[in-house]
Amino acid sequence: MTAQPTSLSEIQRAMADAVLQPLTADDSMQATGARGERMEQVAASFIAPNMRLTAFERLEIYNRQYWFRVLDSFAEDFAALRTILGSHAFHRLSVAYLTTHPSRSFTLRNLGAHLVAWLIANPQFAGRRHALAVDAARMEWAFVEAFDNAEHPPLTSDQIAKLDASSRLALQPHVQLLALAYPADNLVLELHRRDERQAGEAGLNHDNAELPPARLPQFRRRSTWVAAHRVDNSVYYLRLRREEYLTLAAIRQGHALADALEAGFIGSPLPVSRRPSYVRQWFARWAELEWICAPPLESFITS
Amino acid sequence: MSGNRFNAWSNHGIGIGLRIPHYAHIFSRKPVVDWFEIISENFMVDGGRPLAVLDQILERYRVVQHGVSMYFGSVTAPDPEHLRRLKTLVRRTGTPWLSDHLCWGSVDGTYTHDLLPLPYTWEAVERTAERVRIVQDYLEIPVAVENVSSYAAFTASEMTEWEFLTEVVERADCGILLDVNNIYVSSVNHEFDPMEYVNAVPAQRVAQLHIAGHSRYEKYILDTHDHPVIDPVWQLYARAIQRCGPTPTLLEWDDRIPSFDEVHAEAKKAERYLLDYAAQAEEVTA
Ligand SMILES: [Fe+2]
Repeated sequence: MTAQPTSLSEIQRAMADAVLQPLTADDSMQATGARGERMEQVAASFIAPNMRLTAFERLEIYNRQYWFRVLDSFAEDFAALRTILGSHAFHRLSVAYLTTHPSRSFTLRNLGAHLVAWLIANPQFAGRRHALAVDAARMEWAFVEAFDNAEHPPLTSDQIAKLDASSRLALQPHVQLLALAYPADNLVLELHRRDERQAGEAGLNHDNAELPPARLPQFRRRSTWVAAHRVDNSVYYLRLRREEYLTLAAIRQGHALADALEAGFIGSPLPVSRRPSYVRQWFARWAELEWICAPPLESFITS
Repeated sequence: MSGNRFNAWSNHGIGIGLRIPHYAHIFSRKPVVDWFEIISENFMVDGGRPLAVLDQILERYRVVQHGVSMYFGSVTAPDPEHLRRLKTLVRRTGTPWLSDHLCWGSVDGTYTHDLLPLPYTWEAVERTAERVRIVQDYLEIPVAVENVSSYAAFTASEMTEWEFLTEVVERADCGILLDVNNIYVSSVNHEFDPMEYVNAVPAQRVAQLHIAGHSRYEKYILDTHDHPVIDPVWQLYARAIQRCGPTPTLLEWDDRIPSFDEVHAEAKKAERYLLDYAAQAEEVTA
């Protein structure tokens, strides 16, 4: 027998369990729950039927509505990943990911926050294209962050000119640093453009269309470093040298400038004599893009 | 418009929802619109285009905030980060009042992003009212709770939906965002008389009205906001205006969104009812 939930918290936990449970292949509510309970009985234990719908059918409306909403939102955020894997594999991945990581935030914006880490740990959901899929997920999650993260007042050129070896800096929160296994940045952008064209031409919701995995151009693994960032409210991606990426990553971690630069050149084939000119170029670029800002005051307080 | 303390004595007339497909039209044509309703969560971010767009809108238009995830009926406490961001946005928009739904949607920190119905129990009345009070005190502006449309009823319920709504708003001392389309949808799904609902609502607490279209399926109606308003819903609206007086009114259109002009024209149909009310009021005083 299914225990009847009576208090408000019992009812909400029972209903949330049912609503968050994945749908069957034909988008129905499952007949049995995660602990083997019969969902017909679960539904009847707190939902009243009416003349047209059983308790099960009424609960099923919310179960379906939940999955359609989160799957739609997730597919919108990871459109290139979907194209790379095809709609079928992407659907499987989405359901598995969202079952492990249901939304823990008041906003759907954060739905994909754990995808990269989860996909690295669960390669079976991407098959042969796993490394590329991880790259696409990194690119697309970086877009979400770059799109609406904060922008703090940047350091002025004067302030930048006065920096010394011990200076600690911060990066604009919208700047996202990516280390990719493939030069996947152009591919992802091309897939987004293709997606937009198709949506525009067909004028229909592409999320519902069945898509095989996309045919992709010959593509070789080659470590690639990219920054996603925002200029005039649009997100752009910029290739970085490995050394520049490592330096920026060390700055973001709060290292003093001298240490950050040292970290940046570890294992670098660049001759020592040419390094200063690179560093000058980077700083000129970061100043122009307004990437550098002051670290939050709290970061100076040592416990 | 006659205001009341639940909408900060505002004189807002007919507004429409601010939606992305209309941005280009709004910024290029600068249409005359009394006010825009925004979905708070879309602007509770730290920077970028959403806030830039909002600031541009605020230069020219009045904005009222409408939320979708405060979940007054959820048993677990509100997320402090959510409240903090909401208050930051309230300061930015200067919204005279703010609304969210009489529903639940999250439990133990997991969010369904849906407006789930509450069992109409005394326990739910108390817990929901308390939470509305907490939010209202924190935000320092009037809060209105909106009746949702629902597809399920609970065996635990001890009262009707309108009784539940009334108990919650009286105890929380808050306003109501009365959605007459939601009343209609729920009346079909739960087989009650929608007019009885409209007649039972404490009219002096209605801060705002929602009108919308919906989708009818074989066995139930879904509140999809993707159609023009149907006649029976206009009748409920007319009755609501008779009871509440002219009240800030908003047309919701969230899916398969037609042109700005079409949405605006549909919303403006509400004007007729407001004018009727004014004419009757004049007859009474004449
Ligand atoms: Fe509404």
